[in-house]
Amino acid sequence: MSDKALVGFFLTPTMILLLAIAIFPLIWSLYLSFTKYSVIQDVNGPTWIGLNNYGRLLDDTDVWLRFTTTARFVVPSVLIELLLGFGLAMLLNRKFAGRGFIMTMMLIPMMLSPLVVALFWGYMFRPDAGLLNAWTRDLLGFPSILWLTNLDTAMWALVLVDVWQWTPFIMLIALAGLSAVPQYLYEAAEVDRASAWFKFQRITLPLVTPLLLIAILFRTMDAYRMFDQAYALTGGGPGHKTEVLSIYLYQMAFRDFNTGKGSALGYIMLIVIIALANLLIKVLNGLKAEKA
Amino acid sequence: MATTQTGGTKTKTSTETLLENKRETLPPPQPITRTGPRTNPLQGFGRILSWLGLGVAFLFFMFPLYWMLVTSVKPRAETTLLPPRYLPGVDFEPTGDNYVAVFTKSSELGTITSSPGTQATELSAFPEHLLNSVIIAGLATLLAVVLGTLAAYAFSRFKIKGESDLLFFILSTRMLPPVVVLIPIFLMFTKPFSFLAPWATSMGAGGFKDFIENVSQFSLRENYVGITLLYTTFGLPFVVWMMKGFFDEIPKEYEEAAMIDGYSRLQAIWKFVLPEAMPAMLATAVFVLITAWNEFVFVQLLNPTKASTVPPFLYGIIGYGQIEWGRMAATSVVFLLPVVLFTFLVRNHLLRGVTFGAVRR
Repeated sequence: MSDKALVGFFLTPTMILLLAIAIFPLIWSLYLSFTKYSVIQDVNGPTWIGLNNYGRLLDDTDVWLRFTTTARFVVPSVLIELLLGFGLAMLLNRKFAGRGFIMTMMLIPMMLSPLVVALFWGYMFRPDAGLLNAWTRDLLGFPSILWLTNLDTAMWALVLVDVWQWTPFIMLIALAGLSAVPQYLYEAAEVDRASAWFKFQRITLPLVTPLLLIAILFRTMDAYRMFDQAYALTGGGPGHKTEVLSIYLYQMAFRDFNTGKGSALGYIMLIVIIALANLLIKVLNGLKAEKA
Repeated sequence: MATTQTGGTKTKTSTETLLENKRETLPPPQPITRTGPRTNPLQGFGRILSWLGLGVAFLFFMFPLYWMLVTSVKPRAETTLLPPRYLPGVDFEPTGDNYVAVFTKSSELGTITSSPGTQATELSAFPEHLLNSVIIAGLATLLAVVLGTLAAYAFSRFKIKGESDLLFFILSTRMLPPVVVLIPIFLMFTKPFSFLAPWATSMGAGGFKDFIENVSQFSLRENYVGITLLYTTFGLPFVVWMMKGFFDEIPKEYEEAAMIDGYSRLQAIWKFVLPEAMPAMLATAVFVLITAWNEFVFVQLLNPTKASTVPPFLYGIIGYGQIEWGRMAATSVVFLLPVVLFTFLVRNHLLRGVTFGAVRR
């Protein structure tokens, strides 16, 4: 077989699958986003209405509120995970017996099914018999907290579950960065009698930042599309307090069957995340250029 | 060409020599947990504080898992009791009933759709869902790893027009939020060949017409085919990126030397490259498997009743009425345990795996 035939033979199945099941749906939903269409009502198929869906969505204060809600989930989650994960990586960045085992144990949460994890946290959040209230109310004497149905705590409950599951991710990446910092830099600083803070600020941080940014990029994109946890724990409630974009879109498309409008919202989400990812990548490349 | 092979079986081919040399000169890849220099050890008070912090963090991450295990061996009355009992065997008598129930009988409590009485004798739907999870995730992983590895090999070894664009295109299909493609996938999977229906009606009667009519009515929902293909497609970009990275690390000279020895490229790949790439393929497969295993939204929407997997099943038993938490915990443990085992198996590849191969080392 010639090399050319071989390349074709190797690449074709992958390309066909990606085109059929990843790209074609995307193009179809772009078309649907310009139409008025409801899967259950419009038997005659979609009607072309141009940019109407987009116009209506961008005029709708609800949509902007959902963006704010999403940010209120993404920003605290990623920030806390970053601080905790980086801190933990610092603590783990030394030799001790059982280090590999402890690390692997701590990495388990991020491999588990987000839905099953969320469902079990739901048990711990239970106001009557849940563990968290057993601690905050019965041990510490706070009043009963309805973690998932209280307007103030529902979002924080989701953040807590996310922090539990994804801090290990940041920890893992930060640790890779830390263990790559050459030891001689610290030794040189030692000779100069540099303070611990100086070493952290001038040696550790600049060398780890590029990897941390990769971690932030991954986490931000993941948190932005978080669905399972909110679906399982709060369903977007109480009120619309935890109705992040993906929940809002899901309900628009599969509860209200606004298929066309839902597709348009999907595209708006897509454009926003691409812009955000590009911004982060630019910062990342800027840092790399600075270092070089 | 073939002289080295015909010259006696004991003669080493140049490829084999190369393989041996490589094994001697290159140290085996070190797990990331063991490499890298350390910062200076802390002293005195700071040292104690750092151990304390680590201990608290370890407790925080492990406790929910421990609690799930404990809950899974609690009798039903214990699961909603406050103050909670923490230690099986000390605080309460552990029981294996939940695990037995998970595999044998259906819930004893009523749900919205059925009364308590009829439920008690019914069989649990869990084994069926577990089997579906195994079949769907397993098949999708196999397909994705085989197809993706082939593509990755092509990307790694041959000059392909617009290679970086293609690779970026492949990656970008994984960046989109799943809910965005949920609508078109749902529509597309309902009756993907329905456009053939008018064509079939215009045809004269006959075997071919029936065939086309059957095809036009074929649905990718509520069966294994659609969801397996979907998970395969989800896994492919990951496999291509990961395996391309791994292939790039295997010197080209492997196949070149083998081809000088008279093997065809396909034989060279089969005999020399694949064995070298096998550990990487297995690690990659584990990640694809876990992703497919954990997926919820698509299977919930596409296969609500037939060929459904464990996550929708678990969501379903939580959704209605009273919940037997012990049983729910036992179900979760059975479902999560394989993932925990696999995590330990691929612990040295975790960094690479969770970052799409972006971070190596």
